[in-house]
Amino acid sequence: MSEQTGMFGVHGSGDTSGFGGLVRSAVSTGSTERPYGGYFDDIADDLERAYPEFNDAIERVVVDRGELTLHVKREKLFDVAMKLRDTESLRFELCLGVNGVHYPSDAGRELHAVYPLLSMTHNRRIRLEVSVPDVDPHIPSLVEVWAGNNWHERETFDMFGIIFDGHPGLTRILMPDDWPGHPQRKDYPLGGISIEYKGATVPAPSERRSYN
Amino acid sequence: MSNQNSQEDMYASSRETTEGRVYSVTGGDWDSLVTEIGQTKEERVVVNMGPQHPSTHGVLRLVLELEGETITEARAGIGYLHTGIEKNTEYRTWTQGVTFVTRMDYLAPLFNEAAYCLGVEKLLGITNDIPERASVIRVMMMELNRISSHMVALGTGALELGALSPMIFAFREREMVLDIFELVSGLRMNMAYIRPGGVAQDLPAGAVTKIRETVKTLRKNFKDNEKLLVGNTIWMKRTKDIGYLDLAGCITLGVTGPVLRSTGMPWDLRKTQPYSGYENYDFDVITTDTCDVYGRFLIRMQELEQSLRIIEQACDKLDQLEGAPVMVADKKIAWPAQLSVGGDGMGNSLNHIREIMGESMEALIHHFKLVTEGFRVPAGQVYSAVESPRGETGVHLVSDGGTHPYRMHFREPSFNNLQSTAAMAEGGMIADVIGAVASIDPVMGGVDR
Repeated sequence: MSEQTGMFGVHGSGDTSGFGGLVRSAVSTGSTERPYGGYFDDIADDLERAYPEFNDAIERVVVDRGELTLHVKREKLFDVAMKLRDTESLRFELCLGVNGVHYPSDAGRELHAVYPLLSMTHNRRIRLEVSVPDVDPHIPSLVEVWAGNNWHERETFDMFGIIFDGHPGLTRILMPDDWPGHPQRKDYPLGGISIEYKGATVPAPSERRSYN
Repeated sequence: MSNQNSQEDMYASSRETTEGRVYSVTGGDWDSLVTEIGQTKEERVVVNMGPQHPSTHGVLRLVLELEGETITEARAGIGYLHTGIEKNTEYRTWTQGVTFVTRMDYLAPLFNEAAYCLGVEKLLGITNDIPERASVIRVMMMELNRISSHMVALGTGALELGALSPMIFAFREREMVLDIFELVSGLRMNMAYIRPGGVAQDLPAGAVTKIRETVKTLRKNFKDNEKLLVGNTIWMKRTKDIGYLDLAGCITLGVTGPVLRSTGMPWDLRKTQPYSGYENYDFDVITTDTCDVYGRFLIRMQELEQSLRIIEQACDKLDQLEGAPVMVADKKIAWPAQLSVGGDGMGNSLNHIREIMGESMEALIHHFKLVTEGFRVPAGQVYSAVESPRGETGVHLVSDGGTHPYRMHFREPSFNNLQSTAAMAEGGMIADVIGAVASIDPVMGGVDR
């Protein structure tokens, strides 16, 4: 991501700490090379054996802070998920839902969906990540693989507008059915609606002061 | 007169009184309507239970399709308590985030805080730098919280099935735990006590003694509570073989916590993936194999004793760690002030004020910068999870290297487990849906966030 200056990320105020002169480039976690360490190599090997299209389906493998993330192409997500669940040496029988993240500056891959997986059999965790462009926000639904993803996918649709193809009933779940917009997107302001009160207008919280 | 005739209602006869015209809906053609309904082959009725129903644990709406008294289809409608906590934290510092997440699952605030703080610490790479005393205090507070949360689950669960006395006793016990929270953090709920790097302040003098006394009282009281319900014929009839969900159902629906353990699966993150030093405590994972409401009730009952065991061990550890730090040593992260109780209540410790106002300019700058702007967290993402009273509370945190979260998402066990309502209720009686939902123990603050 971007370069950062200063210690606390605030600009335009008097620099009393002396940290304002610091320049750091934020570390972008690119692909990790083998060996990944720990059980991550076993997982990659086993998945490669069980799923010959591994190299085609997995765009990137990232090991960061002791966690393994597999970046999966959306066309292959369903197959990879099935293999991860059903292969005996992998057995990720529990999916802990799906979470969206919006990166407006990541052109062509603005919307990310993140799936934390847990294998109770082997006591391991990994994470799948799928990225799609804002103009074509379609990801295959994993409700058939893990039925518990039903509500999680509805929430991610509600909050980010990611459309999960094949979901049995993709409707809003937390926001009202007729709500315009998807609140967790970065371009959706906090509060969003200015409040009028006895003639005086109170601006939406995001407009009141700068927090960056 | 013809004018008055036009006001005649075919479904309600009317008569003139001194106060005006009075309509009466008795009689009419209801008899023929009832006969008509009785003749149709379809006897399905759709009933809305909630969102303001006293038995649905807050603002939960259940849409039940009934055939007679049997539920053929159950749907849960949620979102009535959505407050946008996840969005809000993106506009606050990492430390302020604690104050938001503590309000999600309001019966288990310390678990939300712990999951969040463990995630922030993982992002910062300081997981191993957390002082031992802070970890022990966290464990002790979490187990106290598990008791207070289970007390609500058991008390309201019994109340909803018609047993009033257990609720009175359960809330008596819960009050004792909340008193300890008040003593330690100044607040009974939503205390924002666990902070990134440690805990907000050290235990006040005499706290450990008070906790030991409370543990003794609770242990005695829990025995009384058990006598009220365990083996009680009426209670058994309302809960045994009700809300059935087996292991396969739990796994595919992602259900964790007591509901999963009621299928005989000994899955407890405190044992399987220990955090905050849980591997150093001696306790058992309670399971039953009945897959029903009664099994979940028994698990909660027996988990109380396990929590008491952990609290006692934590008290012993705290005695040995007297005076040790409760916040990480890194001054670029540690919350600068330690609170203390003064003549006018809880506030900044006077020693700290003396230091920043009279002794060290750098300390003042640090205090100011950390409090107003917060610390930076290196870019990346983590997932951290704790075993809350309801199952796996997971946090997915994304940082862009800034002073506030880029994205924070809670994998709330209540949200996930509530999906299993349909599987538990369909095919059963309408009266049993209450027991099934109570055994999931959903907290709508956590479900809707």
